[in-house]
Amino acid sequence: MAVSHLTPQLTRGGLSRGRKSKNALMGVMIGLGTALVVAPLILIFGFLLIKGVGALNLDFFLKNPAPEGEAGGGWANAITGSLLILAMAAVLGVVVGVAGGIFLAEFPRHRLMPTIRMLSDVLSGIPAIVMGLVVYALVVKPMGHFSAMAGGIALGLLMVPIVVRTTEEVLKLVPLSVREAGLALGLPQWKVILSIVLPAASGGIITGLMLALARVAGEAAPLLFTAFGSNLVNLNPLQPTSALPLQIYIGATSAYDENQRLAQAGALLLITLIFVTSLLARFANRPRR
Amino acid sequence: MNETLPRKVKLPRLSSRGDGIFRTVIIGLSLIIALTFVLSIVLLGQQSWPAIQEFGLGFLTTNVWNPVTSEYGALSLVMGTLLTSFLALLISVPLAIASALFVAEYAPKWLANPVGYLVELLAAVPSVVYGLWALFALKPLFQQVQLWLYTSNPDLTGHCIELFNSNKTSLPCFFMPQVPTGLGFLLAVTILAIMILPFTASVARDVIRLVPADQREAMYALGATKWEVISLAILPYARAGIMGGVILALGRALGETLAVAMVIGNTPEIIKSIWSPTATMASMIANQFGDAREGLQRASVVGLGLTLFFVSVFVNLIARSIILRMTPKGL
Repeated sequence: MAVSHLTPQLTRGGLSRGRKSKNALMGVMIGLGTALVVAPLILIFGFLLIKGVGALNLDFFLKNPAPEGEAGGGWANAITGSLLILAMAAVLGVVVGVAGGIFLAEFPRHRLMPTIRMLSDVLSGIPAIVMGLVVYALVVKPMGHFSAMAGGIALGLLMVPIVVRTTEEVLKLVPLSVREAGLALGLPQWKVILSIVLPAASGGIITGLMLALARVAGEAAPLLFTAFGSNLVNLNPLQPTSALPLQIYIGATSAYDENQRLAQAGALLLITLIFVTSLLARFANRPRR
Repeated sequence: MNETLPRKVKLPRLSSRGDGIFRTVIIGLSLIIALTFVLSIVLLGQQSWPAIQEFGLGFLTTNVWNPVTSEYGALSLVMGTLLTSFLALLISVPLAIASALFVAEYAPKWLANPVGYLVELLAAVPSVVYGLWALFALKPLFQQVQLWLYTSNPDLTGHCIELFNSNKTSLPCFFMPQVPTGLGFLLAVTILAIMILPFTASVARDVIRLVPADQREAMYALGATKWEVISLAILPYARAGIMGGVILALGRALGETLAVAMVIGNTPEIIKSIWSPTATMASMIANQFGDAREGLQRASVVGLGLTLFFVSVFVNLIARSIILRMTPKGL
């Protein structure tokens, strides 16, 4: 429509007032829309900072939760639990995820390649809570009780598709000539991949791992029926264990002020850790992009 | 990669055995991905089998959730999931596109990068944290509005409560609160809209950046204004890619659990007003699975999980095919 409107006087005449004001209006709308998109992040962080920072004291890191309704206590159980569960998730996510990424990038002609890539993509969209149900049936039911290991497996399986994708992408950025140079020296393919291609791509792979860890570190839904939670510090992978997001969920929906206050502090801690991890991962990988 | 070597070069024997082992290990580990997919279907199907046998497909089309009489039909939950997701999309898509246009077309670099990071951080905020914020910061505001609506139209309020109690609603009542707790459908939609924003926004930004500069320049050369370039040259070109981002966000919204579970009121009823407490499939799983008795109730809850699984696979395949079609070869 604009084009036909333009044809009569292409020179000098300038824009009609309608077109000018529409252009300005849409510019303002786009600016406002962007402000609306960014606002929640600032509001959430500000809210947690105001409400939560007071409760982030030494007790928070060293003590277990006090009995219901009593003041004091901390979240040592959740902090150690998160570390334990994430460590197990990371092992599963790294081993299967990096192997999957290598398979997709280095064996592109294998007949299973398209299937694995499609399934990995599809798995990345499965809701986390559904993964919780699957791992409940897979691990918790046969074992007869909840455990940190079940939580680690659930989070690990959620990490896999993310790691697969980033690993595949960065491996493909390593030039073919690097592989050819290795092969030309008489190295077998496995050695070329493990000691030339992987190290060259390690920065990007580590970034992907950190982003995947940051993603699953905040997941509470799959832990509800797997790690379940515990009010004591537990370092036994075969026993129920708490985790930060799980404890936030329990605390925020609790009727007691004290639990709610700790939940806000815990949320501040969790969101800060996740932000720092995400930003570090981004900036570390910057030159590559 | 071997085919890049000239034919006659023979690799030492040892190495080919190493290659075989390496290949087997890599493929074996990759098969865990396929195994996870197959096991998910098998285990979810097995756990929900009693419910599938008892209710069949009627599970999704009857509206009853009654542990006392052991009757389970997920219609209200399916409706809850669909309505919250689509309304959240309706709110978030225009905003997401606006922010993508801002980052890709308007902002100078020193501003575009930080805004891009902020949008990515928005995607990193955990579901529980969104839920907590909605519960402690938004819920009181919503409750104020509900109380104001309640007290400012006493006649209408009385009329609507009668209607609601007899399980009916009318157009004016559709905007009146059912119980002024602050919790309910609208709060869930609001938080969901915020949560899925970054997924559409980042895909939209990427595809808008992929629009060739020729497109813009040709349009500018015709004397178009910036908005005309955007609306006539850029958005039509990027339309399919943005659609992929929207469907990706839809997948997120359908499966979003705890933030929704914390604010939706968790009542398995079809909404009678935009403020009604209701429930989604995912929020119902989070709330009931732990307490559900072995047998039909637990099987029904897992049945919700199986439904969500298939829905998300379907939605993802669509988004994938759109994005694959859009991405130029080699990217």
